[in-house]
Amino acid sequence: MSESKSNNGPLVRVEGVDKVFHRGSEDIHVLADLSLQVPSGEFLALMGPSGSGKSTLLNLIGGLDRPTKGSVFVGNDRIDQLSDRSLAAWRARHVGFVFQLYNLMPVLTAERNVELPLLLTHLTKTERMKHVETAMAVVGLSHRTRHYPRTLSGGEQQRVGIARGIVTDPTLLLCDEPTGDLDRKAGNEILDLLQALNREHGKTIIMVTHDPHASARASRTVYLDKGQLSNEPVK
Amino acid sequence: MKFFHLIWCNLKRKKLRTSLTLLSILVAFVLFGFLASIQQALVGGVAMAGADRLVVRHRVSIIQLLPESYKARMERIPGVVLATHQTWFGGIYQDPKNFFMQNPVVPDEFLNMHPEIILPPEQLADWLKTRTGAIVGRKTADRFHWKIGDRVPIQSSIWSKADGSRSWEFDIVGIYDGKNKGIDTTPLFFRYDYFDEERQPDRGRGLVGWYTIRVKDPAQAAEVAKRVDQEFENSSAETKTEPEGAFIQAWAKQIGNIVFIVSAILVAVFFTILLVTGNTMAQAVRERTGELGVLKAIGFTNAQIVSLVLAESCLLTVLGGVLGLGLACLIMPVLAEKLSGLLPLFFFPTRDLLVGLGLSVVLGLVTGIFPALQAMRLRVADALRRM
Repeated sequence: MSESKSNNGPLVRVEGVDKVFHRGSEDIHVLADLSLQVPSGEFLALMGPSGSGKSTLLNLIGGLDRPTKGSVFVGNDRIDQLSDRSLAAWRARHVGFVFQLYNLMPVLTAERNVELPLLLTHLTKTERMKHVETAMAVVGLSHRTRHYPRTLSGGEQQRVGIARGIVTDPTLLLCDEPTGDLDRKAGNEILDLLQALNREHGKTIIMVTHDPHASARASRTVYLDKGQLSNEPVK
Repeated sequence: MKFFHLIWCNLKRKKLRTSLTLLSILVAFVLFGFLASIQQALVGGVAMAGADRLVVRHRVSIIQLLPESYKARMERIPGVVLATHQTWFGGIYQDPKNFFMQNPVVPDEFLNMHPEIILPPEQLADWLKTRTGAIVGRKTADRFHWKIGDRVPIQSSIWSKADGSRSWEFDIVGIYDGKNKGIDTTPLFFRYDYFDEERQPDRGRGLVGWYTIRVKDPAQAAEVAKRVDQEFENSSAETKTEPEGAFIQAWAKQIGNIVFIVSAILVAVFFTILLVTGNTMAQAVRERTGELGVLKAIGFTNAQIVSLVLAESCLLTVLGGVLGLGLACLIMPVLAEKLSGLLPLFFFPTRDLLVGLGLSVVLGLVTGIFPALQAMRLRVADALRRM
């Protein structure tokens, strides 16, 4: 985790990024000359209306997509220039993802879902299971390890999703609307958990959300509209 | 191995679909086993044929007889080491369903010509001493529970004895084995002198069915064959000489081009399986687009995604193949027992078993490659949107 961190300056640097999607003959400019810096240990909320480019920005920071122009640095790595193979390896080492719809494998138990990122490491099965136990304990689901996703509540499934995101102890935790599919109570529990991960475990978290209640839990909120960032809510 | 659990769980996702696909692969491989056994039974003898042996038959057809006197003339032809003859007896033991071959032969010459037939020396000695003696292959002896000392009556559909009866009696003096599994141990061989002296004088006495000759140098076999046919040119019984393998092949071809028929059926079966399994895998990948996106997001490389899909399709086809081939291994001996008279060399050869296993892997790779490439090409961001 520490190898990708810069000793000086922010952990994430997005510099002059454009992102253009091509739909038929039409070019859709989603992000335009966007720059953002996220210091290590920050819990950043990214807000904005639908189609403002929040998820696109998150994908660029997480190495799931590449900018049309500009650069993305995480720690000392300029990730927009890595090959597909290197980028996949980089993601496995440095990024944990939490998705709105949990995105768990329905055929695997909770612990096997959490184990998935560890399959890409050289850990033995015993070591992997030890990491899984720890991650499940952090999210408070030690008693549900052998359950399949369909037997878990939405909140529990999201906790498993978070356990999967943190099991490799990544540099960065990227959450795309983590409470978007949950009721208020379960949503609050997830936000409590994310806050705890940030405050107690020092995780750098970037969270995309529509929900002001969720963004209030972050240490900083930035707003995205028409491909541009601002520190003020969009009117 | 650490990915096995994931691959296995994915395969179990749609149990009914996987089971049906597995069942169709299983049936295809049982059929493969059956057709391989049929092919072995009909043309397997070709592989066992001696490279230094030629078969000389009447030029018109195998059912036309040749004079016994040809033997001495054949042995005088340069390049010929040994000549011996056999004749089709066409006998029935108790019931026409109990078919097996019985041929009159000259014992020592015959065994000299066919070293692949293993007969204990004391049994050969008994055979030479017993005019009505016969040796029988292990398979037929076991089938009818015959043992040495038994007297066996056989009705010939072709040959009558001098007294007009068609019932011939033989004393079992020996039971032979084959040098290896591919040797037919169903025929019964009895002495030619007994046969020739007992048959009706005006019905082929002094005539034999065909000759087998051994050549000194297999490389000269074609040349020797030509010389043999030239020797009997313009005689009342002209000959056609060919390698033993070609003779057996021509015999099998009376039914049709077995290799072609078997290959055609197998191609049709496996092409269908290709489509069935390919469809299963394509559907499986389509349904899992979002999950594949998640795997990519958490760091699985394109190569790993391709490997996972290929491993899944190979696991499916190899599992079906192993079950099908295993079942074929169990069924074929039972069928072989039932068909032992008609198709004595009917068995599922180890060579074809290994070919079948290889085929199951190839089938897995071919059916998995397109869905695997489809999975590889998925863009993570697009795939995650489809979850």
